[in-house]
Formats: sequence, C-alpha cells, structure tokens
Amino acid sequence: MNLLDPIIQGILLGGLYALFAAGLSLMFGVMRIVNLAYGDFAVLASYASLVVVNAALVNPLVALVFIAPAMALIGYVLQRTILQRTLGLSPLPSLLVTFGLSIIVQNLLLMFGSADQQRLTLGDIDTASIILPLDIHIGVFPLAVFVLAIVILSALSWFMASTQYGRLVRAVSDDPATVELQGVNPKQIFALATAIAFGLVAVAGVAAGIQTSFNPSSGSMLLIFAFEAVIIGGLGSLWGTLGGAMILGVAQTVGAAFAPAQQILAGHLVFLIFLAFLPNGISRRKVRA
Amino acid sequence: MLQVKKLSAAYGQVTAIREIDLSIDEGGILAVIGANGAGKSTLLKTIAGQLPLKTGSIHFEGQDISALPAFERARRGVVMVPEGRRLFASLTVHENLQTALSSKRKGFWNLETVYDLFPLVAERKDRRAGNLSGGEQQATAIARALVANPRLLLLDEVSLGLAPAIISELYAILPKILAQGTSILLVEQDVSQALKVSDEVHCLLQGSTSLAGKNFDMAAISAAYFGTEVKS
Amino acid sequence: MNQIQTQTPLAGQSFTIRRWAPTSIIGTSSFLAVFVVLAALPYMVNLSLVYSMIDLFILLILAMTWNMLAGYGGMVSVGQQAFIGVGAYSMVVIADHLGMNIFFAIALSAVFCGLLAIPISFLVFRLAGGYFAVGTWVISEVVRLTVVQVPEIGGGAGASFGAMSDMSKELRIATSYWIALGAVVLVLLACVLLIRSKGGLALTAVRDDITAASTSGVMVTAIKRLVFVFAGAGAGIAGALIAISSLRVQPDSVFSVQWSAFMIFIVVVGGVGTLEGPIFGVLVFWILKQLLADYGPLYLICLGAIGIAFVLFVRGGIWGLVSRKGRVELFPVGYKYSSNSSIDN
Repeated sequence: MNLLDPIIQGILLGGLYALFAAGLSLMFGVMRIVNLAYGDFAVLASYASLVVVNAALVNPLVALVFIAPAMALIGYVLQRTILQRTLGLSPLPSLLVTFGLSIIVQNLLLMFGSADQQRLTLGDIDTASIILPLDIHIGVFPLAVFVLAIVILSALSWFMASTQYGRLVRAVSDDPATVELQGVNPKQIFALATAIAFGLVAVAGVAAGIQTSFNPSSGSMLLIFAFEAVIIGGLGSLWGTLGGAMILGVAQTVGAAFAPAQQILAGHLVFLIFLAFLPNGISRRKVRA
Repeated sequence: MLQVKKLSAAYGQVTAIREIDLSIDEGGILAVIGANGAGKSTLLKTIAGQLPLKTGSIHFEGQDISALPAFERARRGVVMVPEGRRLFASLTVHENLQTALSSKRKGFWNLETVYDLFPLVAERKDRRAGNLSGGEQQATAIARALVANPRLLLLDEVSLGLAPAIISELYAILPKILAQGTSILLVEQDVSQALKVSDEVHCLLQGSTSLAGKNFDMAAISAAYFGTEVKS
Repeated sequence: MNQIQTQTPLAGQSFTIRRWAPTSIIGTSSFLAVFVVLAALPYMVNLSLVYSMIDLFILLILAMTWNMLAGYGGMVSVGQQAFIGVGAYSMVVIADHLGMNIFFAIALSAVFCGLLAIPISFLVFRLAGGYFAVGTWVISEVVRLTVVQVPEIGGGAGASFGAMSDMSKELRIATSYWIALGAVVLVLLACVLLIRSKGGLALTAVRDDITAASTSGVMVTAIKRLVFVFAGAGAGIAGALIAISSLRVQPDSVFSVQWSAFMIFIVVVGGVGTLEGPIFGVLVFWILKQLLADYGPLYLICLGAIGIAFVLFVRGGIWGLVSRKGRVELFPVGYKYSSNSSIDN
C-alpha cells in the first residue's frame, strides 16, 4: 500500500490544524482560558464568508480580508465584556461561559442558516493537485494552507519576540499584576491576545470551509482537533503545536488509508496514546496548566 | 509631592493599615520600618494602587489619585518595585526593562543611562530573568522601575534575602536616583540599613503609625518597632 | 443525632457539635413528605405526566452526579455522556440479551460504568482545568465511535430495549417511574452520605482550596478518582433509565454532548457545589422546557444565555440566593458548633 501519499496529505492537513491550535493555545497561554466555543467561532467565520461571497460575489479569500478583522473585533469585545469577568483562580466560570457561548453560536447558525452541509469554494483550485514522481498527489489548496500556516506561525512568533505588544503578552502570562505596575492595563493585553486568537480562528475557519464541508455543529470537532494538536505538541510551544498538528493529521490520514470510516477515531487513539505515555507532548515542556 | 491622609486598607475582613498619615517632598526620601506583618508592604501596595483603600486619600503632585488604578498611577510617575522583585521570568533582562517603556514617560532615565547605572545588569541583558541570582534580579527590578522615569519610586523590601555586600551596593545607588529629582519611599526591615539612607523614618506597628519623623535614638525606635515601653 | 461533647482546657468551656440543624431537620422531613407524594403519583395523575417525570428524575441524577464532579471535586467534565451511553447499552445487553432481572441489570450497568471510569480517570487526570474538560469530551467521542462498530448492539442504528415489552403500557410506565424514583433517592442518599463522610469533608476542602487541602494531607488524587468513578456510575444509572423509558438506544442521542449541556445548565442555575442546588435547577430547567422546547434552536439559545447570565451575575445559583450563601442547609451535611451555656470556672 502506498503510505507515502497519506503521510504527505496528513502533514499538509497538519497545517490546517496548526492554524486552529495556534489561537486556542494563545488564549490558554495568556489567560488560562480554554475557549470551548473556539471551533464554533471558526464555523461562524465560514458562514459569514458564505454570506459575503453570495452577497458581494467575491471569492472567499477576499471575504476573509473583511471577516478576519471583524472576528478579531468580536473577540476583543467578548474579552473586555464577558470573558474578563471569568478570569480568576478557578477555571470553572470561563469553561461554563464559553460552553454556553458554544451552544448559543451553534444554535444561532442553525436558526439563521440551515443544517445542511455547506462548502466554500475557490473554483478549480479546490481539487487541483500537483503530481510528483512516485505517483504522489499533493493538493494545491492543502499545500497553500500549510504554507500559510507556517507563514502565520512565523509572524506570530516574530510578533511575540520582537514587538512591544508581543513582549507585554508574554509578560502578562507570567505576571499580570506586575505588568500593571509598568503602566499597562492588563485587561487591554488580554483583549489583544483574544483578538489575535479570533483573527486566527477566522482564517482557520475559512480555510477549513474551503478544504472540507461544514455545518452548524462542525465546531465541536474543530475544537477537539485543535486541542489534540496542542496536547500532542506540548503546552507552551508554538512550533511544538505545529508538530503535534502534523502528527494528528498523519494519524488521521494513515488511519483512513487502512479503514476509511475511522479517520477521526484513528486521530483520537493516537492522541490518547500520547496522553498516556507522553503527557507533556513532543516538546516535553512542563508548563503549569 | 506625596500626601497620604488617614489611609486605611484591608485584606477582606482584616484591616491591615489604619489611619496612616505621611508625606514626602520632591527629591525626599522616607523609610517605612516595622516588624513582619506590621503593614509596610500593604502601605506601599495601597499607594501604588494594587490594593484598594478603605478610607483616607492619596494625593500625588497635588492630584487625588485615590481612585486611580495602578497602571494609571504608574503612568503618572508612581512606580513600585514590588516585594520579591517580580521580574517576568520568561523574558530576558533587556525585555524586562523594555516593558517599562509602556509607561511612556520621558526623562533622564532610558535604557542606556539605566545600563550605565547598573553595569552588572547590562552584562546580563540577554539572559532569561528567571535564571538570575537574587541580587541580579533585584538590580534588574530597580532598573526596570527606573526606565519608567518615576517621580515617586516605591521600594518594597529590596534587601530581602540578599547578602549585605549586595544590599550596600544597591543602596549606594539611591542618591543617584534622588539626584534626578525623584522621591523615594522605601520599606525596609533592617532598621540600621534604613537609617543609613534616610533621616526620616515612619514606623508601623500592627497597622498603625507608632513613630514618625527624624532624629530618633535607637531606644525610641526599638520601642516603636516592638511596641514596648521606652526605658528611660 | 450525633453529638460530641468535649471538655476543653480553654476557658473551661464545653461545646457541642451537631450534624443536624433546624433547617436540615425541616428540609429533610419535607423531602420525606415529597417522596411519599411522588411514590403515589402514578395512582393520581395521567400517564403522560408520569412519563415526563421519569425524564426529570434522569436529569436530576445527572445533575447531582455532575455537581459532585465539578462543584465538589473541581473537575469540569463535558464527557459524562460516555457513561450515559455505556449505561444505556449495558441495559440492552444485560436485561435484553442476557435476560437478567431489571434491578440487577441496572445495578450491574452502574458497576460496569464505574469500573470503566477507573482507567479513563488515569488518562484524563493527566489534564487539568479546561483541557481536562475537552479530554473528557474526546473520551466520550472515542466510546461512541467504538460502540457503533459493534453490530451485535445495533451499530450506527442503535438498539431496542425489549425486556419490559411483555408488560402493559400502563404497568411499564409506572414500573419505570418507580424504578427511576428509587434511583433518584438512592443517588441523593449516596451524595449526602459521601459529603457527610470523612471523604466528603476532604472533598469540600479540595473544593475550597486544593493546595491547602493537599498540604493538609488530603489524598487529593484518590478522592478525585473516587468521585469520578461515582459520577460515572451515576451517569450509567441515568443511561439505564433512558433505555428503560425510551425503549430505544440511539448512539447519536445517548452519546450526545447535549446531555452535558443540560446537566451543566441545571447545576449552574441551581447552585454549584451545594446538594440543594440541582433540585432547584431541575425545576427551572423543567419549566423552561415546557415553555420553549417547541422553538428548537431558540430554546437552546435561551438556555445558553441564562446559563451565562447565572455564571456571571448569580454565581451561587438560585439556592445561593435563597440560602444567603451557604448558611442554610436542607440536608444534614454540615457541622454546627455551639458552646454549652454553662461556663465552668
């Protein structure tokens, strides 16, 4: 059996998952919030894209140029108004609130959209592929998403390392009270991190919407994939997350090659193996959860 | 420059400081002394804005800052070096200093002049702050506060856990800070150390002022510190 | 009533510790009265109301056990539906395929779910907080995806529950109702006993301050595992009741994350970390369901919004408002200290 094909597809799929995981792990790293509605906001972005595409007759990428900043703004407002109040010693309030948001978003989409599967399209690029020697097919779009993931992760990495706001985001995850002593309002920084995470989720949502189909309840799966990528990769490491995402992608595609209906289960099982034997992920960093 | 009137603050139900009055002039220095738990750090935190005040007021440069959040006070020049240094462990020394640039205050102190003042910190500027020794961390913490060009510098127990030689080095720097017109309010458990840098002391005993002013002898200070009668 | 009288050297005062306070005496007696009424219900009202009460009992069991997990144990699980499903399928296998007695079948289902919870706990305890929550969700998905592979229990289409099919409809519903009522009382009793016990005291310590608890010698992990297993068994009972009452086990329905949504809503609105909370929460849920369930997605949106509002503004839930934050208890789980009036010199 030609395993090379599924492995490469899995690696590229990892790019998409890494886009999802980056925002989730950013929110967690800075605020210790696991946003249970994360996947649902990605789906929201996909639906918003659909609306813009149908109304303005542009392609999804153009729609994304408007949707990503809009989502970032939604994230900013959400953090300043609702999520900020849930920050504290216990993870319970933020989990309960984001779970509630998840239900609300899913059902709003159900009410105003439909339960049918939807798909975004870029035209022929969706299914185009490059054929390499050894009979390997590489989807053009998945390849583009993978490259995009690397570009975005690099940009995020640069932002964290070299800009003042990036430094403040890192500082705030160390010690929010002391950040305040430097003349910075920590709530602004939290909101900035959330805005970035939501912008990322919009990009990931639109990319997923083109690559696969979606419906109002697709968000749950996306959240789970992002989470699995983060855990396999190891908390606190951006590039580790990419590694984790690629491992998850490969687990899914190789699993599908053996048993076509078991793609997702294969991913879950590999995740559980990592959880059991390598709980700090491939990056092995021990981070307080 | 700083006027504190009848200041009280509490942690939950427990009143930690009650009815404190103190003031500092421009370029002046005041040492707050007292035993463990007397309320010295609480006083500083309340002035800095990390703890809300229960009663009383804080006036800084003529303005009432009692209701302002800590970051607003820092932007106005009330900068605290917190107890336990509280550097950002995952950032380098240089990055730690850079965070203070967000207070957007202009003045004599910038990254260059601060590195001049603390050559040891300059040498370690690319090291992760979590990997420094106690003395290096304390110097970095003070350096970070200076980058914000404070008008009032609050120093909370800078000598805690440090060797005497290092403490002396740190305290030797204070005159250079005062020379720029900055006032200093420092909390110090070691009374003799406090007296070396400041003529004026303010002694706290179980949250209240037990002694305040200049030129006391050790007997009077001990009595105020421990809450005993002065033996005459 | 347990009373401990001690002579202390301190000021020569003696004191008494009582487990029952006036409110808990009133509260527990009223519950006994309510129980008598509920037991007689099938003789008093129509069948469809009796049938819908079974639903209420199922939700109450789920809420009480989730509350032990999250409110007392600090473990926010979004994956209890794993045990609901396993409990339901176990009933099908044990009562239907193996032909065992219904009561035995329920007990065995609960035990099986509890046993299943043990290895699962070793996996998910490697995570904490929010990641723990998603971890439990993944586990429930793995269980679902595994169970639908087994053709003997119906695969993706699900299985029917036929063990009570030889009864008349009235008898079946009434019997199911009494079984459910019995189950609720048992689970409630178990929760009260657990909280009352030394283990429960340790748990309350964990709930209030986990670091202080562990440094005081509380074996935090062991207690948490116990609660996790208890909650798993409880959810299993609920699943068994679902099989009995709806006569059909559909994997997409029985493993649905919506169960978690409902149990979380009930506990949050009623009052997290209190025994009384879930009872009030179930009533509120009930009322909302009667009013809004026809509106589909809007109903769920309302639940979500109300839940969020309670988390943000009414942290203690309805019971928190009523009891003025913990000074009133309807169940005898607290300790009331009072000093005896005589002062010895």
